[in-house]
Amino acid sequence: MINLIWFAMIIIGLVVSAATGRVEAATDALFSSAQQAVSVAFSMISVMTFWLGMMKIIERSGLIKWIVKLLRPLSLLLFPRLPRNHPAMHAILMNMSANLLGMGNAATPFGLKAMQELQKINDDPSTASDEMCTFLAVNTSALTLIPTTVVALRAASGSLYPTEIVGTTIIATFCATAAAVVLDRVLRSFTQKRR
Amino acid sequence: MLQLIVQTAAAWVIPVFIFITLVYAVIKKVDVFDSFVEGAKEGFTTSISLIPYLVAMLTAIGLLRASGALDLLTKILLPVLTTFNIPGEIIPLAIMRPLSGSGALGITAEILNSFGPDSFIGRLASTMQGSTDTTFFILTVYFGSVGIRRTRHALAVGLLADLAAFIASVIICSLVFH
Repeated sequence: MINLIWFAMIIIGLVVSAATGRVEAATDALFSSAQQAVSVAFSMISVMTFWLGMMKIIERSGLIKWIVKLLRPLSLLLFPRLPRNHPAMHAILMNMSANLLGMGNAATPFGLKAMQELQKINDDPSTASDEMCTFLAVNTSALTLIPTTVVALRAASGSLYPTEIVGTTIIATFCATAAAVVLDRVLRSFTQKRR
Repeated sequence: MLQLIVQTAAAWVIPVFIFITLVYAVIKKVDVFDSFVEGAKEGFTTSISLIPYLVAMLTAIGLLRASGALDLLTKILLPVLTTFNIPGEIIPLAIMRPLSGSGALGITAEILNSFGPDSFIGRLASTMQGSTDTTFFILTVYFGSVGIRRTRHALAVGLLADLAAFIASVIICSLVFH
C-alpha cells in the first residue's frame, strides 16, 4: 500500500511538472525537501531527548499511576485488551495528555515510545497491530483542548479575538476523533491477517 | 475571559508539568538526574532512525507541491465546493493539511493575512488547522520508527478523519460565525 502511494506521488509529481513546464523547480524542491527532512529529524533530537528523560522520571516516581487512573475511562474504551499497567499504556496516556494539553513537542516523543512498547507485544513485527491502528487513529485526528499553535498564529496576525475559534476547534476535533475511532473499529476486521 | 484562560494555560502548562513531575519524584525519593539521563539516552537514536522515512515522504510531498499537481486538484474541486457554498480559498489548506504540517501552517498564515483573522474564512481556516493533525507525517514517523511495513487501514482512517474534520469545521463555523 505505502509502496504504491509513494510511487504514485513521485510519478504524478514528475509528470505534472513536465506538463506544466516546472521540471527544474520540481527537481530543486525534491532536494530541498530532503534537506528539510534531515533538519526535522535533527531538530527532533533535542525535544525527544528531553521528554524521554522526563518520561523516565514520571515512571520511576509512580506519577504515571495517577495519570493512568485519571484517563482510565478513555483507555478502557480505546484499548480494552491492553493491560493498564503495561509500559505501552503508560506512553499512550502520556501522549494523549500532551495532545490534550496542547504540549505540542512532547506528544511525538511519548507517541514514538508508545509505538516501541506496542511493537514488543506485536505478534507480527512487520504488520501493524490493532492497538497501533487505534493509537494512530486517535493521533492523526489530533484530539486537543488547547489549540496552542493556531491561537498564537491568530494573535500574531492581529486578531481581536484570537481564542474565539477554541470552541469550534474542540467540536471539530472531537467529531474527527469520533469518526476515526468508529472507522478504526469497523475497518479493523477487514484488514486482519487471515490465519 | 476565555482568551485569558487559554493564553495563560498555553504559557504555563509545560513549566507546571515539569514542576509537578520533579517535586513528586523527589518526595518519592527518586534520583531525578540519574533517571532523566537514563531515559534521555534513547532520544538520539530514535530521532536519527527517522531520517530515511522522513526523507522518503517529504521529498514526495515537496515534489507534488512544486509540480503544480495540487493547484490542479484545487481547480477540479472548486465547482464541487461552490455548490455547497464553501469558500474555494480554503481548498489548498484542506489538501495540504494531511500532507505537510509546515505547509498547512503556511497556508493558514497566508489566509489570515489576506482575509483577516476575524473574517469568516479566517475563522474557518483556523478551525480546520487546529482540528486535525498531519496524517502522512504521523503515519510515516510512527510506523517507520518501529519498522512496520503493512499499515493496514491506518492511512484510510487518518484521511477519513481529516475529511470528517473538514466537513465538521465547515458546518460548525457556518452555524457559529454566520
